[in-house]
Amino acid sequence: MSPSQRTVTIASSVGLHARPAALFVQAATATGLPVQIGKVGGDDPVDARSILGVMALGAKFGEEVVLTADGDGAEAALDGLVELLSRDLDAQE
Amino acid sequence: MSAMDTRHGIGVSPGIAVGPVVQVRPPVRPPDKEPATADPAASGKQIRRVLESVAGTLESLAGRAGPTAQEILTATAMMARDPGLAAAADKHLAGGSGPATAVDAAAEEYCAMFSAAGGYLAERVTDLRDVRDRAVARLLGLQDPGVPELTEPSVIVAHDLAPAETASLQRDLVLAIVTESGGPTSHTAILAAQMGIPAVVQLPRAVALDVGTILAVDGSTGEVFVDPDAGTEATLIARSERRAEALGATSGPGATSDGHPVALLANIGTADDAERAAVLDVEGVGLFRTEFLFLGQEIAPTLEEQVAVYTRVFQAFGPRRIVVRTLDAGADKPLAFADLGSEENPALGRRGLRLSAERPELLDTQLTALSTATRTTGADVRVMAPMVATAEEAAWFARRVREHGLPVAGVMIEVPAAALRSRHVLAEVDFASIGTNDLGQYTLAADRMQGELATLLDPWQPAVLDLVAAACDGGRDTGKPIGVCGEPAADPLLALVLTGLGVSSLSMAPTRVPAVRAALHLHDLRTCTAMASAARAARSPRDARDAVLALANRLMSDLI
Repeated sequence: MSPSQRTVTIASSVGLHARPAALFVQAATATGLPVQIGKVGGDDPVDARSILGVMALGAKFGEEVVLTADGDGAEAALDGLVELLSRDLDAQE
Repeated sequence: MSAMDTRHGIGVSPGIAVGPVVQVRPPVRPPDKEPATADPAASGKQIRRVLESVAGTLESLAGRAGPTAQEILTATAMMARDPGLAAAADKHLAGGSGPATAVDAAAEEYCAMFSAAGGYLAERVTDLRDVRDRAVARLLGLQDPGVPELTEPSVIVAHDLAPAETASLQRDLVLAIVTESGGPTSHTAILAAQMGIPAVVQLPRAVALDVGTILAVDGSTGEVFVDPDAGTEATLIARSERRAEALGATSGPGATSDGHPVALLANIGTADDAERAAVLDVEGVGLFRTEFLFLGQEIAPTLEEQVAVYTRVFQAFGPRRIVVRTLDAGADKPLAFADLGSEENPALGRRGLRLSAERPELLDTQLTALSTATRTTGADVRVMAPMVATAEEAAWFARRVREHGLPVAGVMIEVPAAALRSRHVLAEVDFASIGTNDLGQYTLAADRMQGELATLLDPWQPAVLDLVAAACDGGRDTGKPIGVCGEPAADPLLALVLTGLGVSSLSMAPTRVPAVRAALHLHDLRTCTAMASAARAARSPRDARDAVLALANRLMSDLI
């Protein structure tokens, strides 16, 4: 079985930084799966559970990223993460 | 209060506070040659345990912090728990590093990446270094560095505080801040004043104070009482009110009550210092230390860089005088671009003007820059050399200064030989300024860096006063003015003695000027002269001070 994959556009106005990055990494860690995230057309993807890696990725508002995961429940896990990245996470509260 | 351990620093943020000492711990670095780990897998697990415990600490701090700090601390906890950080440390373990070195190197890789990215990421470097410092300390079995969590109102004591540390203090639990280094214009001083926290900087042996020791801190006078008596706080508060009244009563140029002028000047080290000091009631600059331009630099600052800085300083003071000291560096403050090699006795080695003699191109560039900035600003600039011992050296320096079109040349008197032979030294130059700290060190043969020798370095040492008197005799004979720049100039009582000895300008941390001005205003020149004789007649520093105090106006007790 090949790994599951999704492409999503970053909806957070500050990009995948600060609070949005923290929320995303927490959610990715909670899936229990080795999720990876990379920029479309960018360098090697990074571990989505690594806040340092995700911040260093520097995905900006409006940029497309690719999420990849393998294993049981990968499809559902990625759907959840796509939903998260499609919202402006900085605008909450 | 006289029997108490009383220490004098520089008061930088007014107010009185009494409370227990909490020491800020400096960050620890991994040992220089930490042995390679015997079992990389076990060390990897140990590192993960430590990083997890750091994350736990940060989360518990986040739980009690305000909303902004909470978000930062939560994100910082995630950095500690980052699998990428642990994996990077694993690589260093496999490469032969010890655990502390491995974590340090792993964190630094990310720091380098973040710094290079700039902006928001670069600002996160501080957070990541916080994780690193805590992890390294814990791996070495030490307590976390930084400001410990406060459980009761406390006096924060540190070598120096980073701006972030000062800003993150729990304001409601910080009674006062005391640092062993830092200057009157340091971030600590500025932030403490902004936050209204009493603060004293440059307090001798502050870091050695035991945690829990009770201190009474006077942020105006810079006095700190260790284990104060019960009534100390009330006494200090009453005194500070009387003092504020006395300081408010005088302004303008310094003079004794009978009108004998004593110029009150500021010591500065940077252009920022200059701009802050220039708005205060001072008559100019008595000591502009130019070292900051040179120290810590890989290559010598260019002519253009120097001109820009000097111009800013000169412009800030308009028509007021500015005494510039040329580069004072040497074996103890080595320069990467003028390293003369290590020396057995740096304090007695090729420093100050002696370094300039070995590397004349450094001095020439500096004089050219000073000359250019003087010409374009029209400022009253006077240039002096540090560490001059003989009349020949003074002549050599003065000739160079004048060759560069700078009209006023002077020397520092900090070597006993120059004080004893000041008539001949002064014949070669236009003025001299006594550097009392070094003069004390060389007179008593006591290293300034050696805390245990503090008693020998007491500025009231009669032998040092004798040398000041000898220097002033030379000044009188030649008609050349003698100033003092250094700690004693800022002690209102000792300032009276110096005035009595014949000193005509006093340069100090600008915040100290009002107290000295008020002290001068309370005494006439005849009294100052009597004080000078009494101090020189005494057999010890304490006797000297007591004898002078007995001659002083009773209002002086509020100023010292």
